[in-house]
Amino acid sequence: MTTHIEELLQRDSFIERSARSRAKALLDAGSMRELAGPFDRLHSPWLAMQQLVTQADDGVVVAKGLLAGQPTVVLAIEGAFQGGSMGEAGGAKIAGALELAARDNRRGIPTQAVILFETGGVRLQEANLGLAVIAEIQSAIVDLRRYRPVIGVSAGTVGCYGGMSIAAGLCSYLVLTREARLSLNGPQVIEQEAGIAEFDSRNRALIWGLTGGEQRFATGLADACVQDDTAEVRATLVGLFAQGLPERHRSERADDFLAALARVDTGTQSTPADVRTVYAKGAQ
Amino acid sequence: MEQMNTQRGATWLRLLANGAAPAHDSPSVKACDAQLAGQPARYIAVVPDPAGRFPRARAGEVGLVEGWQLARAVQEVVAMDREAAVKRPIVAVIDVPSQAYGQREEAYGIHQALAGAAGAYAEARLAGHPVIGLVVGLAMSGAFLAHGYQANRLVALDDPGVMVHAMGKASAARVTLRSVEALEKLAASVPPMAYDIGNYASLGILWEVLQVSDPAQPNEVDLALVRHTLEAALADILQDTARDLSGRLHGKHRQASRRVRELLATQWEAAT
Amino acid sequence: MERLEFAFGAGQPTLARTVTGVVASGDLEVLLEPGAAGLTSIAVQTSVDGYGATWKALLERVFADGALPAARIEINDNGATPGVVRMRIEQAFEEARS
Repeated sequence: MTTHIEELLQRDSFIERSARSRAKALLDAGSMRELAGPFDRLHSPWLAMQQLVTQADDGVVVAKGLLAGQPTVVLAIEGAFQGGSMGEAGGAKIAGALELAARDNRRGIPTQAVILFETGGVRLQEANLGLAVIAEIQSAIVDLRRYRPVIGVSAGTVGCYGGMSIAAGLCSYLVLTREARLSLNGPQVIEQEAGIAEFDSRNRALIWGLTGGEQRFATGLADACVQDDTAEVRATLVGLFAQGLPERHRSERADDFLAALARVDTGTQSTPADVRTVYAKGAQ
Repeated sequence: MEQMNTQRGATWLRLLANGAAPAHDSPSVKACDAQLAGQPARYIAVVPDPAGRFPRARAGEVGLVEGWQLARAVQEVVAMDREAAVKRPIVAVIDVPSQAYGQREEAYGIHQALAGAAGAYAEARLAGHPVIGLVVGLAMSGAFLAHGYQANRLVALDDPGVMVHAMGKASAARVTLRSVEALEKLAASVPPMAYDIGNYASLGILWEVLQVSDPAQPNEVDLALVRHTLEAALADILQDTARDLSGRLHGKHRQASRRVRELLATQWEAAT
Repeated sequence: MERLEFAFGAGQPTLARTVTGVVASGDLEVLLEPGAAGLTSIAVQTSVDGYGATWKALLERVFADGALPAARIEINDNGATPGVVRMRIEQAFEEARS
């Protein structure tokens, strides 16, 4: 029986790993091959045009390999580069890899996918191309998830925002840590658009209370809330893939969610507990 | 100008669906069953609901309820035609200023509601339904991802009131730590950053851009042109074996998207 | 943003190619590939203008003795201190050895 301190020391932080390191650690030892990697020099032409320093992989790692012996592609977003925001090249890597995984399935190879969401959404320096590639990613997720699960993971510190939170909502399963936040609009944007009375972007308790990993799991909007431990993330993925496709994807349950939303008291703001109550009665 | 804009969806829906009554009594998501090229088709628009239960989603934004009702409206079409040989077209009539911004929206998972809508449209397309998006006003960010961006073909009107973008100017300026003026200057030389439909068209994502005399109050000639274009888009989809979004990758500004896919395809097999 | 190029005499080519670091604020990425025998070429892309002399001095300290394997190096820098730059370069060569 280990003490808390010993547990912390043994923990192999997933959050602290770079995207490349996360992808490598999730796949079976020795099985990872990086595709369209930094030596293919897929720098963002749009950032270069604006005199901004580019990263050779445009902030996305495509790692093909095996997970518990099953053909798997891991799409890992590097949150430390431009806040993990989606540009044309990086987004095309995700969409293109998912498209090829779906094609594999049509050829009898059961390739499955993991997406590591560490992203603020569209890269505003590429605005409309960022938005377009996110639509292409969403299309590819819906295509692939007909055959094999597409599992999203968001660990932090960036979390999962914007158009990519919608992509996360399309995944077959979603794994979060307590540190992660999953939300469409960032607190600053809500404050800008709706005023500080609606949402105070400095209120960290509010942000994590409503959109943090624990709350999203407790309200059925995520399938697991795990410790910041690489082995635990990996084991959770293996377990979820073994379950196969869900009977219905979360995004297909319109009737359940509409019924739940009809129970919301819109006269006041909802507390995290209110949301748990509303979503406990059947919208799971 | 803003308020006028958000009536365009309702106006075009009414005209294109020949005044057909909506299939449901939902105040903000109107789904009308009418015809396209002489065959059954469903037209869908998101419209303002000033008396809506969710205060942050009353001006035509796509909020929690709108996202899930879009999903339902599209899922219904797929269910209706599940045994049918011919899958009816779905026309998304698009004038959506944004997603809804609010605490309640985030609390109840607006990202999931928009995923419901986007996923339904994508599944309908994959099931063989021709999906056409008609941008008559604003097509902004998450709202556009949910309502229209999964279409096989996208058509837009050429008008200053027609805009596609990822974020409103004020918010974009705040997030990128620039002034709105600086952002506009930058957008003038970086096509994907621009707000106008001309620059958006240069990205090669639109199938057609249409000149109409009055985008807000279309006359008979305008209506005939749009109808004709929708029919042509339908014919184009029907003769296309691909039912994905690959048709958006041919423009000169999509070079990186093509190069990435070429490299991935070449390297994919070798990595098995 | 500034682009700088440097070249130094070197030994036999490095064996592996590696990538280290990320283009985060205060950090840099280093791409390292085998170079032609005897020559190490370095292409720097940096977010901070006007530090050409500092880069030159730092890289001379690292490469001027010609002891490191020949490499083609690409550096994408987002305002890292010279100490961090040196650390990442050494890390890159370390990984290429292992």
